[in-house]
Amino acid sequence: MIHKSLSIVVATGLIGAATLLGAAPALADETENSEPPNVELVLDVSGSMKAADIDGETRIAVAKRAFGKVVDALPENTQLGIRVLGATYPGKNKKVACQDTQQIVPVGPVNAVQAKNAIATLKPTGYTPIGLALKKAAEDLGDTGSIRRIVLITDGEDTCTPPDPCEVARELAAQGTHLVVDTLGLTPDEKTRKQLVCISTATGGTYAAAKSEEELTDRVQQLVDRAATPPPVQPATVTGTADCANAPLLAPGVYTDREKISEHRYYRVAVPSDQELRASVSIALDRPVNPDYGVLLKASTTGGRELVRGVDAGSGRADVLSAGLRWSADEQKADAKASAEAADDDEAAEKAEDASTEVCLIVSNSFAATTAATAPGMPVELSIDLVDASHTPDAPGLGRGFLFLLVVAVAGLIAGILAGWITRYWVATWREN
Amino acid sequence: MRIKHLAVAGAVAVAVAGAAIVGIAAVPAPALADDPSPAPAVNTAGTSFLTAVPITANQPVQVGAVTGDYLYWQFSAEAGQRPDITTKVTLPADGRTGAESWIIEVFDGLRRRQACVAGEQSPIAAKDAADVTLGCRIRQVRSWAEPQDGDPLPGTYYVRLSSTKLPEKDLGLPLKVSLTLTTPDGDLDADQGELAKPLVPNNQPGTVLTTPAPSASADPDSEESGFSLDWLPDFSGRWFWTAGGGILAALTGLFGFSLTRRRRRT
Repeated sequence: MIHKSLSIVVATGLIGAATLLGAAPALADETENSEPPNVELVLDVSGSMKAADIDGETRIAVAKRAFGKVVDALPENTQLGIRVLGATYPGKNKKVACQDTQQIVPVGPVNAVQAKNAIATLKPTGYTPIGLALKKAAEDLGDTGSIRRIVLITDGEDTCTPPDPCEVARELAAQGTHLVVDTLGLTPDEKTRKQLVCISTATGGTYAAAKSEEELTDRVQQLVDRAATPPPVQPATVTGTADCANAPLLAPGVYTDREKISEHRYYRVAVPSDQELRASVSIALDRPVNPDYGVLLKASTTGGRELVRGVDAGSGRADVLSAGLRWSADEQKADAKASAEAADDDEAAEKAEDASTEVCLIVSNSFAATTAATAPGMPVELSIDLVDASHTPDAPGLGRGFLFLLVVAVAGLIAGILAGWITRYWVATWREN
Repeated sequence: MRIKHLAVAGAVAVAVAGAAIVGIAAVPAPALADDPSPAPAVNTAGTSFLTAVPITANQPVQVGAVTGDYLYWQFSAEAGQRPDITTKVTLPADGRTGAESWIIEVFDGLRRRQACVAGEQSPIAAKDAADVTLGCRIRQVRSWAEPQDGDPLPGTYYVRLSSTKLPEKDLGLPLKVSLTLTTPDGDLDADQGELAKPLVPNNQPGTVLTTPAPSASADPDSEESGFSLDWLPDFSGRWFWTAGGGILAALTGLFGFSLTRRRRRT
């Protein structure tokens, strides 16, 4: 008896603990990646920065002060470099002028005094070779595997095209080296704005306009802060194939790939029979696309039979479009395995074990864009997880509601009346005998 | 006999006390959220699903951003909650050239879009509007759903605030965003079943395999221990309904029994 009561207490205790523990899931295991990303500020020091149109001061003076403030307030672990463009060559030879970009502070822990001195000596001079500066900045940052961010600050569009800086940015991003370019336009005109928006969109960065010193300082500060908190994971690069048989076999984790418009990419995942597959895919809109679009993530057997699909569609501006799905093997199959194991039927159990299904994941999209067909595909982020399968719940073991009470009460009443009648009958016959 | 009665009474008393403790223990989790001293304000927002900034219920969120930004936050929700998000965007004071369409979207841990059942999800801000208010309440989070279903499940949720349509000229103008999340409780006893693991993204770098990994699920300690409490439903209002039903049935039973007694002639 005491045992029983103990077990009840233990049970309720466990339930209580479970509810308490369940109260704080998620979020905890997402802050492990400690390596801070590398950031490079790319500052335009071309002739146009002389214009005195920000609160009556020259653009360069305002930019210098903003940089100074940002350098003073840098988070401790930031690896920051500074590169300038158009800073040294005052001549008219376009060939030379368009090679004019230097790194004035190498990427690394920042010496505030040194960095501010380097900035202070800058004089607005030459052309605006943005494309080249971006390429060089990507080289400066190296490929350490962590996220690399470039903050590009300029007041005018590239005067050295070709190459179109937007194409350069898209190519750099497509090299699979996790490069993000955030752009900042100083009192930008229409052309500059379009170019900067294009560069930031192509790399998954942001664009902002600054018309005052305060706006500039705030935004640069925000971008540097953002860069100092790395994303929780560095996705692994994978290349999907055009059919299921040769598709890469993926373990749980996060991957990146590139997919062209209207292309299908196949991946494979082996799902044990008592596990649930969870997959989600995000395709980034890194170029202007026609207003309506969609993305489809489909799970099928290796034979091509569809199991489940995740789909999403949208219209208008968007940064990514995502879809996700869950799938687990038939519960009957899992049950068959369990019963085979229980019956010590090794052969049957093994057979069921083999039923660890290989599932094909197919990522496709219905975007339409006017960019060249040779352009690199759109960035795909695929995340795969395998967890214990959730089982279909049994019918409720406990009741609820007034109808339930009524039924129980009426059943009790009937039982009572029957019991009474039987007792009366029994007493009567017993008395007679 | 007497001893057994006592033991039963004791067991019941202990069980009731245990249930009461559980009841009390279960309450603080949501109650904490209503605490008058909320968590410190959040003044950042992520720019992608991966970098979404975690927020909790009733935590003030104040972020400076620019027109055209995509702002991401994430929060975790449990079964029975009805997450509700309200946002106010203070639009740029000058420089705007036309109307803007705004949208707030909620995605679950698998980045599946969740339907908003209440709130102004996608308002249009007129050219001269000073601010725009958005809101989204998603359906009650369920404790279990078929894999093929899109019902909201316990785990991580993402919030994305963005503008879907705006004059190209207005891109990059500074604005301010404030957001609040509340997670009122819905009907807690309605659900059956349990999700084996909440929908929390598995953020680890992937690896491409050459051969299928050995099934990790065949762990040896999953043997039947003989003492299992899996059959016992979780603590919920249903325990009271059922226990009350038993008492009611006993009373009506006694009443029914008494009806069949012959009235004593006095």
